[in-house]
Amino acid sequence: MLIDVIEFRIDRHSGVSTYMQIVHQVEQAMRLGLLAPGDRLPSAREVVDATAVNPNTVLKAYRELEREGLVEGRRGLGTFVTKSLASEATAGDDAPLRKELARWMKLAREGGLVVEDVDALYSAVREEHYPVEERS
Amino acid sequence: MIPLSASAVGKQYRSRWAVRDCTFALPEGKVIALVGPNGAGKSTLLRMAAGLVRPTAGELRVFGTPVRGGTHPDVSFLAQDRPLYGHLTVREMVRVAAGMNDRWSAERVQEVLGLQAGVDQDAKIRTLSAGTRTQVAIALALGRLPRLLLLDEPLADLDPLARDETLRIIMAEVADRGTTVVMSSHLLADLREVCDHLLLVDDGRVQVDGDIEEVLARHRILVGPAADESAVEGTLVSATRTQRQATLLLKDSGPAPQGWSDAEPDLESLVMGYLRASRARTSAPRR
Repeated sequence: MLIDVIEFRIDRHSGVSTYMQIVHQVEQAMRLGLLAPGDRLPSAREVVDATAVNPNTVLKAYRELEREGLVEGRRGLGTFVTKSLASEATAGDDAPLRKELARWMKLAREGGLVVEDVDALYSAVREEHYPVEERS
Repeated sequence: MIPLSASAVGKQYRSRWAVRDCTFALPEGKVIALVGPNGAGKSTLLRMAAGLVRPTAGELRVFGTPVRGGTHPDVSFLAQDRPLYGHLTVREMVRVAAGMNDRWSAERVQEVLGLQAGVDQDAKIRTLSAGTRTQVAIALALGRLPRLLLLDEPLADLDPLARDETLRIIMAEVADRGTTVVMSSHLLADLREVCDHLLLVDDGRVQVDGDIEEVLARHRILVGPAADESAVEGTLVSATRTQRQATLLLKDSGPAPQGWSDAEPDLESLVMGYLRASRARTSAPRR
């Protein structure tokens, strides 16, 4: 069993609650295939040691993930991923869309764009294709 | 069981009421932020809960037992001045504390002293940094194996690293033993990230008491034309107004009227709104 599959990065100035940051980071790791069914999420104590957040907040985030049907708490053992959110399109370094994006990013860098340019372009194009009102 | 409750508690010092008519019941296993400006009554409340100060009115209960003369065996209290004997070494201080307590876990004390960089136990207390002194004081508090931990300004005087390490020790205690923690600070920013529950006091009274997310969800900030506030529904907590624009903090508000923007407050704006309101109430009649 892997213990250190995922480490949370809590940004205290992002305006997003710690609880939501944990939920999002687990979901993102699942989408990228970094977390797969059977993996154990870090225990509240492990998260506390790494980030000094309130363990109740960690447990609350895990309960939310459980409600979404993504993980399952097993008494005395921990919280385990039960579902896969990864698809061939998103998981792994050789996923086709990822490779295409990497190619694009390389072009941007060679073209002299800075990271802010890249972010701005990416969000602008994303807005065109995924308008806010359509997102759930 | 409710770890700490107060019913109509008041404390009078000469002619001044440091705490008045405080009623609350804190949830078990949570981390509670006791927040308020300097002089709001936070320390007095904690000292009464620890049985060190007798209330003038009302009653406090710890795990259902009325607090009378002395600290409940399940409670540890860390005073703001971190009372330690400066001329003793850490090891001697630990021995003194062990002798003063019936229930005592030497293992737990050693565990906490060993956290982070570890404390040099042959060092005199007075030579320790503020952060290490706090670590020693918390280690002694946790040696009592408390179910309720009362910490008066535990982060005051600490540099950012020591602050983070102190919070880590306290949060580990919550994770390991499910201890209920009440931490006071005059700085909300110190506690915002690590607390589940807010107890906001000002002028000796409880201004807000509740689960932080629930409290935030019940409030809205509406911004709109100062000329027309008639359509706004809800309990007005406080308002700031320019000639044209009004910014209102509302509790249990209705839908925002046309021409008004509507957002959930963050914790800072909520606390500021309540403190502003309490200031307005107290300063008006005294002038």
